[in-house]
Amino acid sequence: MTWEIVIGIETHVQLATRSKIFSNASTAFGAPPNTQASVVDLALPGTLPVMNKQAVEFAIKFGLAVNDGQTHNIARRSIFARKNYFYPDLPKGYQISQFELPVVTGGFVDIQVGEGEKATTKRINLTRAHLEEDAGKSLHEGLETPGVSGIDLNRAGTPLLEIVSEPEMRSAAEAVAYAKALHGLVTWIGICDGNMQEGSFRCDANVSVRRIGEPLGTRCEIKNLNSFRFMERAINYEVRRQIELIEDGGKVIQQTRLYDADRDETRAMRSKEDAMDYRYFPDPDLLPLAISDRQIETTRLSMLRGGVIDVPGSTRQQLINAYELSAYDAQLLTQSRAFATCFFAAFSSSGEQAKLCANWINGELASQLNRECIELVDSPVNGDELGRLVKRIADGTLSSKMAKQVFGYMWAGEHGGDADAIIEARGLKQVTDSGAIEKVIDDVLAKNEKSVAEFKSGKDKAIQALIGQAMKASQGKANPGQVNELLRKKLAE
Amino acid sequence: MRTITDFSHALAAKQASAVELATDALAKATAAKGLNAFLHVDADLTLAEARAADKQFAAGVTNKPLLGVPIAHKDIFVTCGWRSTAGSMMLANYVSPFDATVVERLRAAGMVCVGKLNCDEFAMGSSNENSAFGAVQNPWDTSRIPGGSSGGSAAAISAGIVPASTGSDTGGSLRQPAAMTGITAIKPTYGRVSRYGMIAFASSLDQGGPMAHTAEDCALVLDAMAGFDERDSTSLDSEKAKVSIWRAFSGQIASKRPSNVEFAGLRIGVPKEFFAEGLSADVGARVTEAIETFKKHGATVVDISLPRTALSIPAYYVIAPAEASSNLSRFDGIRFGHRAAQYADVNDMIAKSRAEGFGREVKRRILTGAYVLSHGYYDAYYLQAQRVRRLIAQDFQTAFKSCDLIMGPVAPTTAWKIGEKSSDPVAMYLEDIFTLGVSLAGLPGMSVPCGFDHQRLPVGLQIIGNYFEESAMLAAAHRYQQLTDWHLQSPGGHK
Repeated sequence: MTWEIVIGIETHVQLATRSKIFSNASTAFGAPPNTQASVVDLALPGTLPVMNKQAVEFAIKFGLAVNDGQTHNIARRSIFARKNYFYPDLPKGYQISQFELPVVTGGFVDIQVGEGEKATTKRINLTRAHLEEDAGKSLHEGLETPGVSGIDLNRAGTPLLEIVSEPEMRSAAEAVAYAKALHGLVTWIGICDGNMQEGSFRCDANVSVRRIGEPLGTRCEIKNLNSFRFMERAINYEVRRQIELIEDGGKVIQQTRLYDADRDETRAMRSKEDAMDYRYFPDPDLLPLAISDRQIETTRLSMLRGGVIDVPGSTRQQLINAYELSAYDAQLLTQSRAFATCFFAAFSSSGEQAKLCANWINGELASQLNRECIELVDSPVNGDELGRLVKRIADGTLSSKMAKQVFGYMWAGEHGGDADAIIEARGLKQVTDSGAIEKVIDDVLAKNEKSVAEFKSGKDKAIQALIGQAMKASQGKANPGQVNELLRKKLAE
Repeated sequence: MRTITDFSHALAAKQASAVELATDALAKATAAKGLNAFLHVDADLTLAEARAADKQFAAGVTNKPLLGVPIAHKDIFVTCGWRSTAGSMMLANYVSPFDATVVERLRAAGMVCVGKLNCDEFAMGSSNENSAFGAVQNPWDTSRIPGGSSGGSAAAISAGIVPASTGSDTGGSLRQPAAMTGITAIKPTYGRVSRYGMIAFASSLDQGGPMAHTAEDCALVLDAMAGFDERDSTSLDSEKAKVSIWRAFSGQIASKRPSNVEFAGLRIGVPKEFFAEGLSADVGARVTEAIETFKKHGATVVDISLPRTALSIPAYYVIAPAEASSNLSRFDGIRFGHRAAQYADVNDMIAKSRAEGFGREVKRRILTGAYVLSHGYYDAYYLQAQRVRRLIAQDFQTAFKSCDLIMGPVAPTTAWKIGEKSSDPVAMYLEDIFTLGVSLAGLPGMSVPCGFDHQRLPVGLQIIGNYFEESAMLAAAHRYQQLTDWHLQSPGGHK
């Protein structure tokens, strides 16, 4: 019997507004505890919430981004509701969220399923996205007095956009692809800094399994998935747990489970039976959130680039259609705005060498960044510089092998990362002078009679040894194509 | 010398300084300690404000009609200097780090704060007996309640300690105590006065307003209190809200008319439901006489109906507790307010702190509110009550098609004995029947003294206007007060 895995993801995206969603306190991360909590965040008697306009603007941006610029899924009127529960780091005793009428309903995110050039696109539909405020943090360790817990309300009131997907993912890999695509999207449109360590992008996964053709199984919600790697591991663990449970004759109980990365397992936090009654009701302190057509249109216009909404998907299409790149290259180049920006800079300074630029960014540059664990924004070689290197490959100045050497020097910061200066200083110009190459070849032919004989007796492979010798003799500077061509010509004589 | 106008004339004529008036008010507050109207008096803070006012006089400031005039605030408005308790043990020692917008604006207008006034705990009550700091006595008969929840605010004016005070009205808390102590008060259109810094009871109903002896004084103070506040999202920013209440009021009273046509053109709607069973004979008679006075001087009286008047009680006692149950969740003993001394864990700490900090009526309303919002009951109670609320508002709009102002009693009875209804919360809730509809509809409503019952206890006439009609209501009340002297009578007997 085959099992089908059903996964839906809820994501809390921290909006990159300067101030909090209902107060004017700063949202900057990492300040000393409670230095960024205003009287409103502390819920002092008499305080009232006032909506942050930028948070609304960001919600509109998101609504447009997940609907191809269509505006019908953005609610012209949505309602803030109070979710009531007591918790020490929830200052008002309720969280202001959206319940019945969210700011965005529907929409979709396209994900890549499968690896490399064989990847295909799958559309994941969204249920809704709503605005809400974050709670504070309880601190149980590191306080001066033992046995005492502390509360830090710096995070209380930070704006969040909670994005809920339909349960349309069928594997942990798809779930991760969705999370990555969503992460790429929200950072691309600039509504979230995407910093997962600081909690700016947090995912919970609803996981269930069923035998193919059967109705949906009972789901468990896994919390605390603060990296893509943990998400994949946690879902895989949970899927195994549920299948084993059912196969052993047991039943999945609807639960909230916490992923423990150290032990690579999920543990039950609470079951549906102890689910709280949040007593939702419309917040009388806030008027319904009204969004005008004009406001949406202004935002839409600000998001246009080349006549379409600027999202990773539109740039991907542009790279495929106008730049004739493969879907795989386009996917990699749109993993973040930084990559795309890098590509366009490189393209322009390389003399419009799209494919070569894509190869270099997705190849040498990406692996170098990976090796050194740094982000593209911190790369010592930028797109413009890389493009100028690519230009020298395209015009034959450098062989690709030599280009890698030059790239190494650029990375190390030689000559301010200027490829031409490095080529000049290090004498790394490829030899393309036919006369010079012919001389080298004549010498090689004279010294390798055995290989020449083998070639002439029909062993075509023997030419490789001769090319190798010629390249070696030229200290790698001879143009390999020219060497090949001239060798064949001479051997045919 | 009782009214703001008296005080400000004395100040302008240099017959008295702000410091002298403040000193006098402080002395009167001390002398009337038995009333229990004040919860916190701090002479240093008051005199500092009075000196600041005198400095402005010395600097030649003349365009501030409230400069140097004493006022006191209901303890539901937070203040930096004075404690802000909301009449609750929960906040017995609480001092706010900021001033309520209302407090800020009245100070900016030059008024001198004499202290904080007793009220029902978190403004929940109709008798001021729900204050954790004891009941307030009615100056007309100290064995009786002054009404509530703004009982301290009403008693302090009625006793002649201050010429004006602030109060708040969620279901009648400005109008009913004004009626029971023989003073004038107005609850403005919902959204006129900022709720920022007003400790919340029921957010969609709470509205601050002034209390004073006369409609004219109320107009002056309301004008200074009202106006858009960006810190309150429900505060009104429309063109109508921007019109100065004082200027509109002055404009309306400027034209002198012959006395017999004083109210010519004014159509007064009298709802039959306000004169039904339960209304005391004395109250009914005085209110009818008052309406006759308007009629005698040119007004037209129209019979109207507010058919859902009785439904306003259940609707209100679902919506207000629902909002209160949530609004009062912040009092958990964690960041401020009362914290239990002994507890097992954090949940126990929250539970014990709330059990100890809140009084009976507050707990009753939190429980009711949590119940009506809970899963499975929400539709039947909360949603249903909201529907009734909309219908009540529609009834008023229908009524206003045939009249300009609605008049009737504020409360079914005059002030009752302290303790008389304490054991029967439902009997107490029924006292609010004539004021709740106005609150649910968000309309402005006022109470104007219109005589006494056979025990010489004050009776109040309620005047209800359509949205933003405060100046018309105040002008009508002012003209009425030019024809009568009920508002000038005092418990001491002298005028």
